[in-house]
Amino acid sequence: MDILIQGLLLGGLYCLFSLGLSLMFGVMRLTNIAQGDFIIAAGFAAVSLAPLFDGQLLLTGLALLPLAFAAGYLVQRSLLNRTLGKDPLPSLVVTFGLSIVIQNLLQELYSANPRALEVGALSTDNLALGGTVVGTLPLLILLAALLATAGLQLLFARTAIGRAFRAVSDDREVAELMGLRASRVYATATALAFALIALAGVFQAMRTTVAPSDGPMLLLFAFEAVIIGGMGSFWGTFVGAMALGLSQQAGFSLDPGWGVWFGHLVFLAVLLLRPNGLFPKTRG
Amino acid sequence: MNAIVIRGSGAARASGWLAAGLVVAAATLPWWGEPAWMREFVEIACYFIFAMMWNLLAGYGGMVSVGQQAFLGLGGYVMLSLGNFLGVNPFLAIPLAALVAALAALPVSRLAFRLQGGYFAIGTWVIAEVFRLSIANVPAVGGGSGTSLTALRGMSRGMRENTTYWVALACVVVALALVYAFLRSKQGLALQAIRDSEVAAESQGVDVARLKLAVYVVAAFGCGMAGALYFVSAIRISPDAAFSVNWTAFAIFIVMIGGIGRLEGPIIGALVFWALNKFFADYGTWYQLGLGVLAVLMTLYFREGLGGFLHRRLGVELLPTRRILQSAGTPAATPPAPTLTLKETLR
Repeated sequence: MDILIQGLLLGGLYCLFSLGLSLMFGVMRLTNIAQGDFIIAAGFAAVSLAPLFDGQLLLTGLALLPLAFAAGYLVQRSLLNRTLGKDPLPSLVVTFGLSIVIQNLLQELYSANPRALEVGALSTDNLALGGTVVGTLPLLILLAALLATAGLQLLFARTAIGRAFRAVSDDREVAELMGLRASRVYATATALAFALIALAGVFQAMRTTVAPSDGPMLLLFAFEAVIIGGMGSFWGTFVGAMALGLSQQAGFSLDPGWGVWFGHLVFLAVLLLRPNGLFPKTRG
Repeated sequence: MNAIVIRGSGAARASGWLAAGLVVAAATLPWWGEPAWMREFVEIACYFIFAMMWNLLAGYGGMVSVGQQAFLGLGGYVMLSLGNFLGVNPFLAIPLAALVAALAALPVSRLAFRLQGGYFAIGTWVIAEVFRLSIANVPAVGGGSGTSLTALRGMSRGMRENTTYWVALACVVVALALVYAFLRSKQGLALQAIRDSEVAAESQGVDVARLKLAVYVVAAFGCGMAGALYFVSAIRISPDAAFSVNWTAFAIFIVMIGGIGRLEGPIIGALVFWALNKFFADYGTWYQLGLGVLAVLMTLYFREGLGGFLHRRLGVELLPTRRILQSAGTPAATPPAPTLTLKETLR
């Protein structure tokens, strides 16, 4: 029972890691290898910003989100748009290069030591929930993940910008003939993904720590959640993240050294048995 | 109408002789060079072979992998286990380790090939991580902290370094010959057809899936060889060093600098990498940051790489893998260096 709850709470964090990846791949078939490093960079940015707001984390987060949104827009317009095309190689090499640049830059700026956001009483606060005790912060993170997933799904299904996302994803040429500027739609998608990345980074820095070399691990978790859930639906990603969190928690409870390994194995098993994920669905 | 296929050029033949001369000259290095040079060569040889395999996968096979270090590390550990536990001479264990890596690629491909494009890249990375975490939990090879190659203890240092150097030279020649022969073979032609258009190639009867598997296995063989060689030379192995993603980072850098999808690319790239390493490696994080920036800039603005630039400027291909079709009657106009050394008559 404890494993179940802890696993789902961990899954909430993984869901936030993976929504940005899922979004960028869904809209423009771009695989962002630097996803994890951007999350870590956002965590460090929050660590640096927090003193400006007297450690008020809500304000820090609110200040970081628009910054991340703008950063995402700029990164897509100036860099990533140039790499898009039928051949995935340029975007992979560029985002891989960015990943190396971010890791080394963070190490130069903040040293290799892990850092964390000071959350005060929130780190120990907990709620009694049906027999077991649950930490308030992990519960908040899970709630945020739920809201973000539902929000994205609604955005895609109901709004004009969501329609634009789906249109350029289905057929860029036709969408452009209908008057959409694909490069701007892509940039908006990346801006949104970066806002989610910032959210994930803040929560990661609150819940544990961030270190410059952590990025690749977060990328792999995010990727596994997307594939386990099945590409193309955000609820699939959410469920995939839950499955990954549960698998890792189950592995951890057997032996602390095997948690991540067990998560990888579950991912490979899903890949082998259900290559389209647990909930295959094409969006739109 | 008769037509001929041009597969070589005078320059290519000259470069072949030049290469043969270089190899002979290089083989005598232990008698006139310094041990430090030999160590440097061995290290760069490993990076070069690994980068060449990455080029084969990404530049010709259209498979961008971030996980080839799985086979490199496996090669290293197989060589070490054969040497330490079974008493096999580690130098002889290098080809065996490469073979094991190639065999391991068969089941691994079943998993990796379920993903395409960008997700294939990250999927291979997960697989490499599984290799790393699994071996880190095997106490017999020292677990997470690694272990040393004890099988070479009886050998004198000078003898060991000379032999390692010669074996490294042989590995480079073998790897280069393997890839060159593969690309010039019928399969190689089919592979380049796939690179240009998978659908068109398939409609001409090319078995795309089978060929991709062949490329993946050949690349795993080369990576396993590079790994076994590297850790014969390094003596010490650990999961973090053997399965580090830095291997792929350097391979990507070497290939993008030299020019992707051409055989000369990794050679030029490895030379540039060697020179940069020599002068800037002391700058640590800034150096790595610079390599990352350079790889990004090359991809965005200079995708042909130095190899492509030289080819365009000088019109010479030193290791031609293309086949240029020309009707027999007309004088040579299309190919840049029209000395016909290898011809095939097409019906």
